[in-house]
Amino acid sequence: MSGYRQKYIDNLTNHFKGNVTIAKSFLENEMYVSTKAESLVDVCAYVHKTFQAPLSSIICNDERSLSKNFTIYYVFSLPDKDLFITVYIPVSEQFPDFPSITPYIPAAHWYEREIKDMFGLEPVGHPDPHTLVLHGNMPENTYPLRKDFDVNTRLPHIESKLPFMRVEGEGVFEIPVGPIHAGIIEPGHFRFSAVGDTILYLDAKLFFTHKGTEKLFEAMPYTKALFLAERVCGVCAASHATGYCQAIEKVAGIQIPPRAKYLRTVILELERLYNHIGDVGNICVGASFLMCGSHGFRIREYLQHLNETICGNRYLRGILTIGGVRLDINDDLKKHIVDLLRRVKKDFKELAEIMSKSSSFMDRVETTGRLSLEHARGLGVVGVPARASGICRDTRINHPYAAYSEVDFDIPVYYEEGDVWARVKVRIEEVYQSISIIEQCFDKMPEGAIKTFVREFPPYRQALSYVESPRGEDIYWIMTAPDNMLFRYKVRSPSFCNWPAIPYTIPGNIVPDFPLINKSFELCYSCTDL
Amino acid sequence: MFTKFQKSIQTGVVTSHYPKEKEPAPFRFRGRIEIDNERCKQCNACVEVCPTNAYTWIEGEGKRYLQLDHGKCVFCGMCEEVCPYRAIRITNDFELAATNREDLLVKAGFDAGAPVEEIGGKLREKIFKVFRRSLHVREVDAGSCNGCEWEFVALYNSPVHDLQRFGIDVVASPRHADCLLVTGPPTRNLETALIKTYHATPEPKMVIALGACANSGGIFSNCYATKNGIDAVVPVDAYIPGCPPRPQAIIYGFLLALDRIKK
Repeated sequence: MSGYRQKYIDNLTNHFKGNVTIAKSFLENEMYVSTKAESLVDVCAYVHKTFQAPLSSIICNDERSLSKNFTIYYVFSLPDKDLFITVYIPVSEQFPDFPSITPYIPAAHWYEREIKDMFGLEPVGHPDPHTLVLHGNMPENTYPLRKDFDVNTRLPHIESKLPFMRVEGEGVFEIPVGPIHAGIIEPGHFRFSAVGDTILYLDAKLFFTHKGTEKLFEAMPYTKALFLAERVCGVCAASHATGYCQAIEKVAGIQIPPRAKYLRTVILELERLYNHIGDVGNICVGASFLMCGSHGFRIREYLQHLNETICGNRYLRGILTIGGVRLDINDDLKKHIVDLLRRVKKDFKELAEIMSKSSSFMDRVETTGRLSLEHARGLGVVGVPARASGICRDTRINHPYAAYSEVDFDIPVYYEEGDVWARVKVRIEEVYQSISIIEQCFDKMPEGAIKTFVREFPPYRQALSYVESPRGEDIYWIMTAPDNMLFRYKVRSPSFCNWPAIPYTIPGNIVPDFPLINKSFELCYSCTDL
Repeated sequence: MFTKFQKSIQTGVVTSHYPKEKEPAPFRFRGRIEIDNERCKQCNACVEVCPTNAYTWIEGEGKRYLQLDHGKCVFCGMCEEVCPYRAIRITNDFELAATNREDLLVKAGFDAGAPVEEIGGKLREKIFKVFRRSLHVREVDAGSCNGCEWEFVALYNSPVHDLQRFGIDVVASPRHADCLLVTGPPTRNLETALIKTYHATPEPKMVIALGACANSGGIFSNCYATKNGIDAVVPVDAYIPGCPPRPQAIIYGFLLALDRIKK
């Protein structure tokens, strides 16, 4: 691993001669590149284009108490080499602006708008720097993630109108939908510009479920923050909890017991299973194919009951802990799980066959909501939509964690497709792979302890943690503080990357296709809004 | 080749019979918490470990008692794990819903059957009798993590729980609704929408708070972006604790609010 790292260090130092300083992390697969604001765009563009490294996250940190500056970290991941290159720059309080990299790397657009809302730093050159998170209802100059803003500050509501992009012309209607929707779904506001039934343009406004989670992480000791991490999202609870535990374990320098690694892998795959099967059922409901929808939900119920039997909670909350897992799976429970999964596999296979043979369903899902490879790459789309559009990326293979390097599995990628049916096919295939992974884990799982303990919690240590949740790549960045607290914990969920891609899949489709396309992406609003 | 017809016939009827038949939760399920006052030595371990500060000390009759608020509890199970005297016991009971916020409090050493305020109770009963046989619900997500939503989707869409067998249906607009089912600590960005939805719902109406966040703000309480429970924004008629509450617990909550179950 360090051989590869050296190659990139040499490449960057030779190319940028004096404009970059390389700092090695105590972790094998991370490296930090410090540069000045004037060179930021060049360095980032070089890493992104020459090393073919997609942008994974942008984190802003209020380090004024440490270095008198804010610091912005740009994380790029090299998928073939298990290496993260983090470029960072200081931004001063007196001149609170930084060069925007969005014109060169469009995937950065939402990160920079979020930094502007939460820290008050201006991205110079950003094509659309409107408010993203706070909806303009906070008083001027209120920046919640700055250290001088107390977590429990109560502020008055300010009325403001937010701009929406619209299409003007004869016969063009503007259709507003949400935030209180007709279904049982999270809140988001969508403005369609449509002629008759055909949509010309969609503008989406999210962040209605912004709960101030990142600020709350800084307000509680790391032992309690685990329960906050589990509740960032309902259906990605195990992924977020694993990401958090891995981040703490990295900074504390502990290795979890081998049995715990396999148990974590089983839990994560169980989460993937119930999500994918439920999502396939949900897509059928979106296409009004209620029979398959009902069966999909029925199978999901069996899996959630299994979750409750293993963890005491239908969403796999309460089993993962820092240092391992809290509850073990004995032989009886293991047999029960394997038998149930065998039945689920047969049941689900029949369902998939019925779906693919139903011509009215296939007519709804084929060619609908196509996401082109160019858009997917440009916006940094991850997870199921990326694989359905031809991007071969999966964190379990690119940056292995838990016991994924010990098990064999394939990841389905469909080229030249990218429509709703491709996303359904990716999910169906991943269900079979997940069942195989769980069976392999049970075969290979060694006996032994399921938990270890944190001895020391050093302050001001940084680490990256990553998990492949059912929706895609989750990236977390942690910086610890003294007295067992967290200085900063940034959660970047896959939905944050994928939401901006949805408006690109809509034009040309009809209005009733929108819920179907939305369900085929199946993104979490809560993971995005935090 | 399987046809849709063959598949459905072969699957058969899968609907559960709760509440006619008792359906105990799995063994590891974390439900109602009981505090044994005799064993409690007031070491404060549970108060310190609780992520939502659901445990508090109350003074009464010259002594200190431990009080747990189920409305704040996220059922993480840490209190039972850390108590060195085994004074805290987590049971399997998921029937925790209540029409009064105070009924969600567990006071160690006091009788669980505290009297309900009489006048408010009678008026509420009269309203609830109107909805007894048929209730139309509009679900409003005021910023939850989506767990409670998915539980409600499981209740409505899944053939296993099937909410409609109770005469309870989900409607598309608050203007058609009798009841608002609200989840989430109401967030700043959605507060206005929640208030407008409440006013758009015609009388008579009721509001049910679903989940720890809607009851008290849950783990997101005391933050700049949230309020501590939806009763800070709209009046609430029933509370269903849980994080998230399982579908059977939500059914119990509905039937309690409709006065179809005597607690």
